[in-house]
Amino acid sequence: MNSRTWIHAWLMLLPAFVFLIAFTHLPAVTTVIDSFWTTEKGRRPAVFTGFGNYEKMLADPVFLKAMVNSAIYAAITIPASMALALAMALLVHRSFRGVGFIRMAFFTPTVLPLIAVANIWLFFYAPGFGLIDQIRLFFGLPSANYVGQPDTALYAVAAVTIWKEAGFFMIFYLAALQTIPQSLREAAAIEGCGRWTFFRRVTLPLIMPTTLFVSVNAVINAFRLVDHVFVMTKGGPDSATMLLLYYIFETGFRFWDTAYAAALTVVLIVILSIAGIGQFFLADRRVHYK
Amino acid sequence: MIRETAFDRMLFRGGGVLLALIWIAPLAYAVWAAFHPPAFEARFELTAPLTLENFVSAWAQAPFARYFINTILLVTMVLSVQLVLCTLAAFAFARLEFPGKSILFTLILLQLLVMPDILLVENYKTMRALGLVDTIIAIGLPYFASGFAIFLLRQTFMTIPKELDEAARVEGCSLLGLLWRVYVPLGKPAMLAFGLVSVSHHWNNFLWPLIITNSVETRPLTVGLSIFATTDSGTEWAVINAATLMTSAPLLIGFLLFQRQFVQSFMRAGIK
Repeated sequence: MNSRTWIHAWLMLLPAFVFLIAFTHLPAVTTVIDSFWTTEKGRRPAVFTGFGNYEKMLADPVFLKAMVNSAIYAAITIPASMALALAMALLVHRSFRGVGFIRMAFFTPTVLPLIAVANIWLFFYAPGFGLIDQIRLFFGLPSANYVGQPDTALYAVAAVTIWKEAGFFMIFYLAALQTIPQSLREAAAIEGCGRWTFFRRVTLPLIMPTTLFVSVNAVINAFRLVDHVFVMTKGGPDSATMLLLYYIFETGFRFWDTAYAAALTVVLIVILSIAGIGQFFLADRRVHYK
Repeated sequence: MIRETAFDRMLFRGGGVLLALIWIAPLAYAVWAAFHPPAFEARFELTAPLTLENFVSAWAQAPFARYFINTILLVTMVLSVQLVLCTLAAFAFARLEFPGKSILFTLILLQLLVMPDILLVENYKTMRALGLVDTIIAIGLPYFASGFAIFLLRQTFMTIPKELDEAARVEGCSLLGLLWRVYVPLGKPAMLAFGLVSVSHHWNNFLWPLIITNSVETRPLTVGLSIFATTDSGTEWAVINAATLMTSAPLLIGFLLFQRQFVQSFMRAGIK
């Protein structure tokens, strides 16, 4: 170890850190600072308000609605996309004719832009002539407007997210399944172990690290994936699909209340941090490492 | 092997095929609507005539050529800067000892949790201060230093045997020479993996470009498509579907051609 190496190392890190600090760490800090001030309007400068923005939040019905929606959205999309991903991986983790096509079908949504698929799904949901309605009419059910009704819109949006994510998570499970040694299967067969028992007692514990990794991603995505809301519902009808990040966008760039948007962003950062830290600690106890 | 009855096998395959059909349905539908006249957008008849008319009219109704150029410029710029910056940083973390190493690495990992994607308001203020609002550079700037790329490349570089370092040093190779001659060639698969992930991420990125751009000259495809699809000019579904397919086509075709590399790249990128 010598100081020349130190200088070399720091010089190599410098360019990356300039951008990292300028566009991630510094804005994260200024977001927190700005959240304690009011928004500058015209000639009126920003005034320190302490927790003013946070108090406003608690009395803001749209914010509360967005929090409830985000919670429901996360509670649906995270387990559903993970369970489907695992099911898909189990289905294609074998070789038979046509498995390549099935794998491709599952993975394709991952490479499509969410904003583009939202257009396609919107047509699926379209009342009267959309594909889902055509199927409903075929079975003699009345027409339904899934995206236009407050009680179904959030689920309609969540379905798109699940569709988009499941195939992406599948490949991680597929990789994990490939690491399970063949000898374990043989041993299990000799013991007369059933398929379900094998899955529950051997497969599940062995893929736990992958489950943890996937769940961290799923949590982050549950709060980050809002592109399709722009095309499908714009947060409506009646705030039924208002999600936290979409509300931050509306507050900051439609109403230009940047201080309030900063406070909302702080809430989002706190949620993501809790998720990250929580899963980090959970990892120690529940995950089986070799 | 655990015994598998014919019934089990049928159940698994049937389930797989059924789920796959559901999964491909939206795309299959978009292809149907885009290649048939609007009259057939909800009527599925085998005899329906094929047409490219929808693509022609989508192309004519919005400046998609310009959007394509913008997106290609964007993803090329982001990926090349990312590769240079992150390779340098990853090498330092993987092979050099220096004070502050673990704190700096923690700062890198923090970006995996708090991404620039959510720091919209402050990054917009920064761009305004820099006078970069409504430029393609501004779309890419927040993503130039990718914590994810640094992490991925560091993991790869750490698996390269140290004996190679020493051999290169004996040959009189400088530090940058060592990085260029030994680490970059051996790290290529990881870079390719990151490259595919980065290109598809930035090709598909929407929210930040939507905020920071406001003219045809800078808008990427995703933003252009959203404006095209939401204008209430009575644009037909078939045309919107054609536009949708058009914007996704390069990635989709790339994926179909290099399916194995795509899947392995995403897998590699996640597991390391």
